[in-house]
Amino acid sequence: MSTRAIVHIALFAALTAALGLFPPIVLPVVGVPITAQSMGPMLAGALIGARRGGLALLLFIVLVAVGLPLLAGGRGGFGVFLGPSGGFILSWPIAAGVVGWLYTRHDGAVPLLQAITALTLGGIGVVYLIGIPWLVVVAEIGWVPALTGSMAFLPGDLVKVVLTALIARGVRRAYPGL
Amino acid sequence: MTVDLYQPGHSVIHCLSPGLKVLVLAVVGTGLFLIRDLAVVALGTAAIVLLYRVAGLSLRFAWRQLKPVMWLLLALLLVQTLMVDWLSGVFVFLRFAAVLLLAGLITLTTRSSDMIDSLQAHLAWLRPLGLPSRPIGLALALAFRFIPVLGAITAEVREAQRVRGLDHSVLAVALPVTVRLMKMADDIADAIDARCYDPGHSGTVSPPRLPSAADGSPRSDREARP
Repeated sequence: MSTRAIVHIALFAALTAALGLFPPIVLPVVGVPITAQSMGPMLAGALIGARRGGLALLLFIVLVAVGLPLLAGGRGGFGVFLGPSGGFILSWPIAAGVVGWLYTRHDGAVPLLQAITALTLGGIGVVYLIGIPWLVVVAEIGWVPALTGSMAFLPGDLVKVVLTALIARGVRRAYPGL
Repeated sequence: MTVDLYQPGHSVIHCLSPGLKVLVLAVVGTGLFLIRDLAVVALGTAAIVLLYRVAGLSLRFAWRQLKPVMWLLLALLLVQTLMVDWLSGVFVFLRFAAVLLLAGLITLTTRSSDMIDSLQAHLAWLRPLGLPSRPIGLALALAFRFIPVLGAITAEVREAQRVRGLDHSVLAVALPVTVRLMKMADDIADAIDARCYDPGHSGTVSPPRLPSAADGSPRSDREARP
């Protein structure tokens, strides 16, 4: 692994942490607080690719596990993963990997629609696919409450997908060679 | 800027090795999910709360572990009560509370730096499996350092965009920040390479050997000086 790869991995782990510092925005219609933090895996995948992006989020999880209060709301420590929303957070490395893999299937500029599709599949699809069954198993609630509860976060996640697609496009234009 | 959740102290729990504490958490956490007995889980929760006092922490700290997820736990309690019965609701509630309290206790009584040292020491065992422990150490250290740097860069860009009346536009702030970060990453990688860091070398670096009294070397530093 090159030094550049190591620095990129550290950078996106730190970026995901920094995104958790932004105050959560409460959506007017649904009333669910959304944090910018889940943009971390999307940005990492879109900008540094599947392998580096996945490792960056894995590093972020290690930093949280050792007790740094890096999750949105200042949470940290092992307990977060054992809690009800643990699956959503643990899915992030895979989400970043999937986003990165879908992004790198395109040479050069990724068309906006394809970018949004890639980010939706990785950043929402993978995260919900792991997070919701996790919630069902550890909280011993049925599929229906788990699914309806998670749907409240969908509008916010879609906003984040579009934002990430625009940011990634701008950065790839301004900084070729990614 | 990064605040450790660690609470200084000298209790027995503070002095246990980080590796042991994580092992205990893994065993107790798994145990709580295997045992389906309300009495055992309730006793376990009470014992963990008692451990906070053993660690010399006030029970406010115990409450602080649960407070951020309390609404979620109460929602689970409600769903369980409606779908099964209130006893299983209490069971699920207590099980989460116990695991979160124990994990919180470990976080409060262990410095993050000690946890990372312990992690790196254990990573060394995995080196035969091809896990590169030195790049992991470098990445950990860099990530630590980057978090406050990111905050500073974001503040700078926001200030610059405020002058242009753009500080409320997410894109006008996020784009320059990200581009600057990518540039910074390349500069740092170049700087590290310029200092002959070899990421491919995954063995431990033995420190330069210092002369010791046991060497019985005839030339000591004092003699070497005129």
